[in-house]
Amino acid sequence: MKAAIITFPGSNCDRDLAVAFEAAGAQVMRVWHKDTALPEGTDIVGIPGGFSFGDYLRCGAIAARSPIARAITDFAGQGGHVLGICNGFQVLIEMGLLPGALLRNASLKYVCRTVGLRVETTDSAFTAAYAQGNEIRVPIAHHDGNYMANPETLAQLNGEGRVAFRYLDNPNGSSEGIAGILSQNRRVLGMMPHPERALSGLHGSADGKRLFDGLMGAFAPA
Amino acid sequence: MKLRVLVTLKSGVLDPQGEAIRHALGALGFDGVNGVRQGKMIELDLAEEDPAQAEARAREMCEKLLANTVIESYTIEPA
Repeated sequence: MKAAIITFPGSNCDRDLAVAFEAAGAQVMRVWHKDTALPEGTDIVGIPGGFSFGDYLRCGAIAARSPIARAITDFAGQGGHVLGICNGFQVLIEMGLLPGALLRNASLKYVCRTVGLRVETTDSAFTAAYAQGNEIRVPIAHHDGNYMANPETLAQLNGEGRVAFRYLDNPNGSSEGIAGILSQNRRVLGMMPHPERALSGLHGSADGKRLFDGLMGAFAPA
Repeated sequence: MKLRVLVTLKSGVLDPQGEAIRHALGALGFDGVNGVRQGKMIELDLAEEDPAQAEARAREMCEKLLANTVIESYTIEPA
């Protein structure tokens, strides 16, 4: 599996995400936001956490209009896999690859701690290595992770089984405790929690590792 | 010409920052503040001199970047 990890000015989880993909056995290529094309043979694009462009205007808004964004949109349009974590989720929403919006946390506080999540679907390459209903522990660290969508969009996400993860104890006011959602073709995942920060016991949890293992399985040569 | 763009959360969208400001106003003794909505102001200095053309241009900018129309509404006025 070849993973292209994007770096924007202000990204700060790009290296962690690269380490997580490498630990799973992927070949990682680092891509700068001014690049206009993804590396040849890219299987999956990783959009990392951080504060791209200082969260100016809106979280993820400027990154979503950067030169590499067009290449990512084309890649996703051709059925490519894209994983957006934290700020990466905000970028995917601003790009229009995922529906809804991420608002300021209802508490108005930056929340930084490990939280419980429930795996809501195993029907995606991202969640294939989990079991439905698995309860996992993954860190969150964000100020704007309060997921909001109109009732029709929420009904659609639920009806199509596109909620990938839900918080066990809603930390930010998200509608229906939504922590991560899939695109209609199930190949784009955006999530606020950081699976790349939960790879081993030393991290306090190894529950994020299965996400990367699941991806490796999906791209394993037949 | 110069235009002022005001971007605010749509009326149905909870505005926790506006709520926090309302509470702070109450703590300062300002009674009778029924609601506070906060947003942002963006001033555009455009080369276009025709008001209608300039506004059309600003509207396009709002739709493409300045506002997230899923949650925000905007108004454009002369600055």
